Amino acid sequence: MTLRELAVKLEGEILTPDVNLDTEVPCAFSSDLISDILMCTKESTLLLTGLTNPQVIRLSDMIDLVGIIFVRGKKPNAELIEMAVERGLPLISTSNTMYMSSGILYHAGLRSCKIK
Amino acid sequence: MRVCVVARLSNIMAEYLKVNPDYQDRVKELFENDTKPEITLEFEIEEHDFINSGKGSAELKLTIKRLGVDPAIMRRIAIAAYEAEINIAAHSRGGAMRSNIFPDYVHIVFKDMGPGIDDLEQAMTPGFSTAIDLVREMGFGAGLGLPNIERNADIMKLDSEKNKSTQLDVIVFFQ
Ligand SMILES: Nc1ncnc2c1ncn2[C@@H]1O[C@H](COP(=O)(O)OP(=O)(O)O)[C@@H](O)[C@H]1O
Ligand SMILES: [Mg+2]
Repeated sequence: MTLRELAVKLEGEILTPDVNLDTEVPCAFSSDLISDILMCTKESTLLLTGLTNPQVIRLSDMIDLVGIIFVRGKKPNAELIEMAVERGLPLISTSNTMYMSSGILYHAGLRSCKIK
Repeated sequence: MRVCVVARLSNIMAEYLKVNPDYQDRVKELFENDTKPEITLEFEIEEHDFINSGKGSAELKLTIKRLGVDPAIMRRIAIAAYEAEINIAAHSRGGAMRSNIFPDYVHIVFKDMGPGIDDLEQAMTPGFSTAIDLVREMGFGAGLGLPNIERNADIMKLDSEKNKSTQLDVIVFFQ
């Protein structure tokens, strides 16, 4: 599944239209805790989160994120979107909750990232 | 990985040291090393600055990447450094990180301006956190930062006392 396909399934809004959305997404992880995200993502991962502060983009400097889905209608500000564009990091916002979004993607065949 | 405590003053631990057994014999030499690093990077970290915190770790990761270090090791360095940077921003009055890059390892020193850590054993316990709401709202304060640093470092030394500055040394080998 690509980010573009996944955005459709989540009825999501693409916040970074100029960033490539056609890369395959290998796996995903959902969390609002930065330390958890750092600890659990050992491979290229899609992140689902409710966090919209700049540190969520900073995270992608440390670990390999293929994109970020902001759940429950959360939308980051323009500055944060700019930070993501600079890094070529795709951002999508969906009105679905974290639980719903994760369920929809899991049901569509997107596996959980390996946490060990 | 083994943990050894090297100093205990009364009942309060003044220093917490964790060493990957592979490097046990080198600890003394590493901390007394006065050879000049190939590269030194320095960053200031201000109290509650969650805009700029993390830049130092990102820059360090880029520098190490250019040296051709294995991605898995690069990741460990970035995560340990980032958690330490965030701790300075979240829990101290501000401080600095200095990364000394040698041919086969990086030694990062984080030093802040207090208020220090009361009980090191408690601070190292997964889940323990004194983070204020502002910090928690940003996704920090799970009490997993120091344990995460310990997991990713080959050598970690945390040196602090109440009402003193905190110094954290992180060493990661490139092989
Ligand atoms: N540089 C520091 N100065 C003062 N206290 C610190 C520092 N770093 C960590 N601590 C203390 O140790 C606790 C645990 O740290 P950590 O494991 O990183 O979890 P968290 O940052 O999520 O609280 C912190 O809540 C804080 O009380
Ligand atoms: Mg922390």
